Order: sequence, then structure tokens, then C-alpha cells
Amino acid sequence: MKKFLPWIVIGILVIGLYSWGKGFNNTAVEYEADAKTEWSKVESAYQERADLIPNLVSIVKGYAAHEKETLEGVIKARSEATKTTIDAGNLTPEKMAQFQQAQQGLTGALSKLLVTVERYPELKADQRFGELQSQYEGTERRIRVARDRFNDAVNIYDIYTTKFPGKLLASLFGFEEMARFKSAPGNENAPKIEF
Amino acid sequence: MLKHKHIILFILLSFGLNQVGFAQFEIPDKPKFQTSVYDYINLLSASQKNNLEQKLIKYSDTTSTQIVLTVISSTKGENINYLGAQWGEKWGIGQAKEDNGILIILAKDDRRIGINTGEGIEYLLTDALSKRIIERDIIPFFKQNDYYGGLNKGIESIFEVLNGEYQGTRKSSNNEFPIGFIFILLFIFIIILISISKNRRDGGNGGNRGNRSDGIDILEAIILSNSGRGSYRRSSGGFGGGWSSGGSSSGGGFGGGFGGGGFSGGGASGGW
Repeated sequence: MKKFLPWIVIGILVIGLYSWGKGFNNTAVEYEADAKTEWSKVESAYQERADLIPNLVSIVKGYAAHEKETLEGVIKARSEATKTTIDAGNLTPEKMAQFQQAQQGLTGALSKLLVTVERYPELKADQRFGELQSQYEGTERRIRVARDRFNDAVNIYDIYTTKFPGKLLASLFGFEEMARFKSAPGNENAPKIEF
Repeated sequence: MLKHKHIILFILLSFGLNQVGFAQFEIPDKPKFQTSVYDYINLLSASQKNNLEQKLIKYSDTTSTQIVLTVISSTKGENINYLGAQWGEKWGIGQAKEDNGILIILAKDDRRIGINTGEGIEYLLTDALSKRIIERDIIPFFKQNDYYGGLNKGIESIFEVLNGEYQGTRKSSNNEFPIGFIFILLFIFIIILISISKNRRDGGNGGNRGNRSDGIDILEAIILSNSGRGSYRRSSGGFGGGWSSGGSSSGGGFGGGFGGGGFSGGGASGGW
């Protein structure tokens, strides 16, 4: 009997370690997948905004053709923003910053455009423009909601993988910290359209 | 010691928030009794509330689309649609798979109303259409302090949009829902049902009155009780979550409760 005791202890330890590692790993995988899902929603919200821009530009063009510079700024920023995409499995801080910067550029160009629009009462009175505007407003909000939820999901994942003792396993299994959205400077005055 | 800490924290917090200009609006917990109207400030009279409530429950019974109306005094500075997205998500209005919930928030003291659409509703009731309903159908009533009238008209308009009947310049002519076709199908279906049930009655005392005829009775009852409204739901699958468990619209709230639908920030708002 005494001969077996060490083996039994080792056996229990191995089983305990295995189930701990397995439990940790699977939960971390789950959280990671949740965060990735939220990321895809962020991207599609931004995509929706990009899709809206051709309509917006064309209607503004109809009333304010000589605002060429502003319009071209938007188009350029749009192509810049749609070029920058991140694979959900590769959410490093650098890539995230890059993505944010590109989208930020578009936000800036759009807000400039919407300020310009104020000078054209006829354009503002156009019903189609009004509807595009509320659609655009909704899109900006969807972006905000998606970003917040993504950050929440990343938060759960990050806390789980960096708390002791999970942290030991996280580095062993290769769970890296995920980057979050930071509110960029000037973000507080994102295009606001009240009417 | 701990208490003191709390007090200090509270003072600090309230200071900070005062400077920003608002305290946060706290979304109520998901209610135990899940129905369609939550008037937190008793803006509507009992009968008005009841009318709207029944209307929305009935609509949910036939289409599984859950529309919830909440009346609050103020969002405390929060964007009403952003709040609505969090609120709808927290309560899980609409069915989980279809995400077909709508949350209408009326903030009386802000003089603002917001329509918040679930993810699965956005493509039908677009932000622009929500805006139009608010401006055209709701605000004119609100300006005359007729809250019930505005809400009633707004809800009717939402029904129309969801049924594909709302008048307006909807551009999506290519992917219009083939309602006509479905009506024809339904018509044929009813005729078949009637002829089957006639056959059965004619056949009289045959020994064939097993499960089959029972099933037909139930179907018949469903068809008759709904008289075809919202019937396209049925042709596209199940009876929705609320149907089976809740039974008829006898004022018991949403049958089966909120289904867990998701909100991602769609909708629009307007002030008066």
C-alpha cells in the first residue's frame, strides 16, 4: 500500500493540473472568440459608414459642386479607411492604432463636410439628404455601440488571461493581451448633427 | 472605516459627475413580468396604457416581433438611442435568433423620443424611416401634449413599415417582400383546409378520427383567429417563441417573455 501512495498523489496532481489547464484554456478560447465576434461587428459598422459615403457625396455634389476640396477629402479618406483592415486573430496594438487612425481620418473629413453643408440651406431641406443624415447618425452610433462592446469583451478576456495564476497558463498557451479601442484625441467632437 | 471610504467616494463621484453635467441613467433590471408598456412616470392613463399594451402584445403574438414602450422622465444626458441600444440588449427584447425587438423610449422632461431597432429589424425599419415616423406621425401630437395620440399613431406606422405598407419613398424596390404571392398561397391553403374538413364531416362516423383531424382543428383555429394578418411569418418557419407558451392575447404580457434579441444601436430620435 505504501508503495503506491506516491503514485496516487502524483496521479491526482496530474489530473488536477490537467483539468485546471483545460478549464483555463477553454474559457480563454471562449472569451477570445467572443472578442473576435465583437471585432467583426466593429468592422462591419465601419464598413456600413463607408458604404454610405458615395450617396452622401453625390447628393452634396448636386447642391455644392464647388466644395471640391472637401468632397475629395472625404473620398480620399474613405479609400484610405477601407484599405486598412485587421484580421481578427491579429489584434495587436500597432495594427489597432493604424486602423483607428485611418477611421479617424474619415471621421474628420466627414465632419468637415457636414460643417460645409450648413452653408447650403437648400441641401439641408432636401428630404433625401435628411434621411441620409439620420442614417449616417445611426451608423455613427452603431460604431460607438460596437466599439464599446468590443472593449467590454476584450476587457473580460484580458482580465481573465492576466490575473494570477491564470497568467502563468496564458503565457504558456500563448494567449496574448488584446488591444482595445482608445478614444483618439478629438473624438469627443465627432460629427454631431442636431436638427 | 469602510463606510467613510464609501462616503468620500460618493462625494468625489457626485462632484465629478456634477461637473460633467449629468448623473448616469440606470437601466432598470429586466422585469419579472414582461409586457409591452412600462410607464415609469405614469404619463398615460390606465386605459391608454392598456390599449397600447394590448395592441403591442397582440402584434407580438402574431408576428413574434416584440415592441416595447418605456416612458421615463429623463435620460440624464445620455443619447437616447445609445441608451436604447444598451437597454434593449439588457432586457433582450425580441426573439434571440431574429433579433426582432423594438424599444421606444419617451423621455418626457427631455422632450425627446427615440425609436431603437433590434439588429434584425434595422433593414426594414431603417434609421431614416424611424426618423420619419417620429417627425411626421409622433411629434405633431406631442406638440399638442397628446402623448397617447402620438404613440398610438407611431406604433401604427411601425406596424405598417414592418408589414411593408408604409407610404413613402422606399427605394428598395428590388427586394420587396412578395406579399401578394403569399396571400395567394394562403388562400389556396385555406381552401384545401376547408375541403378537407368538409370531407371529414361528410365522411361522418368513419374510424379515421385520430390525430390527423385534431391537428387540422388546431390549424383551422389558428387561421381563423388571425384572419391572415402577419401570416407570412408562419410560412417562413415556426410560431415564434411567444406563441406556444403564452396562448392568446388575454392581457398576460408577452407569452414566453422577452426572447433575448440583440440591439446594436439602430434607430433615430427626435425632440419637440
